[in-house]
Amino acid sequence: MQAMTTVALPATDLGSKRLPGDLAIWFFILAELLAFAVFFAAYSFARAKNVEMFNFYQQTLDRDLGALNTVLLITGSWFIVRAVQAAHRDDIKAIPPNILLGWLCGGGFLVVKVIEYAEKFGAGISMSTNTFYMFYISLTFFHFMHVILGMVILTVLWFQARNGAYGGHNAHGLESGAAYWHMVDLLWIVLFPLVYVMR
Amino acid sequence: MIAALKNSAHRAWVVLMVATGITWYLGEVGAAGTGAIVAMLVIAFVKGRLVILDFMELRDAPMMWRVLLEGWLIVVASLILLAYWISLK
Repeated sequence: MQAMTTVALPATDLGSKRLPGDLAIWFFILAELLAFAVFFAAYSFARAKNVEMFNFYQQTLDRDLGALNTVLLITGSWFIVRAVQAAHRDDIKAIPPNILLGWLCGGGFLVVKVIEYAEKFGAGISMSTNTFYMFYISLTFFHFMHVILGMVILTVLWFQARNGAYGGHNAHGLESGAAYWHMVDLLWIVLFPLVYVMR
Repeated sequence: MIAALKNSAHRAWVVLMVATGITWYLGEVGAAGTGAIVAMLVIAFVKGRLVILDFMELRDAPMMWRVLLEGWLIVVASLILLAYWISLK
């Protein structure tokens, strides 16, 4: 009997190290992180040369919308974690709605960002207005493009999940897309305080 | 509620929301200077680490990947701090 209970223990990868998703997506994420690191450093060192100018124009940014967008991206990431967790416990029905909710958070981010851009562009501000706006527009727009790519990936994952592609047997593709989506969140977590708040 | 907080991702979400609120508040009160910048970098590090460990699920990943991503956070925060230090001169 004793032996039986021992054998009955699940033969999962207890204690073993595992990288979620495909190895390739992690190299891609590293490349993206490096590109943004260069961008963040370029902003910081440009600011060091023009502190007063950067501090002055930073005050024209809408911190409330920036913080709201942080909430949207973090919550969007959280829904995708829920989708991955649902796949791991083989709750296949719970995967698509969580992906959809994560996608909607991304959509909310884009709407807020467009409102912000409309206000700035409407005031006649452009990349060539000054160094601060050059960085503000290029950094946030570069990130904006990544949110769009993340949402394209989520769309693919949603269709796949609806066809029952993911579950306890296979969550690889879902985990890879999720990792990219979390990277978009991670970047904004640095970008928001750096550009909108730090002075 | 208590049961939900046993899930590390749910706990991470709560901490991330509170931390975002603190950064926003520091902006509202016009916090500036060395203390404010260090505080915001620490908050960003804590937030980024939660995303890496609990959202990306790298807590149980091979050490190399944890080092690479958490190292990225440290390098970025250090560069921002270095640039700020230079700006004081």
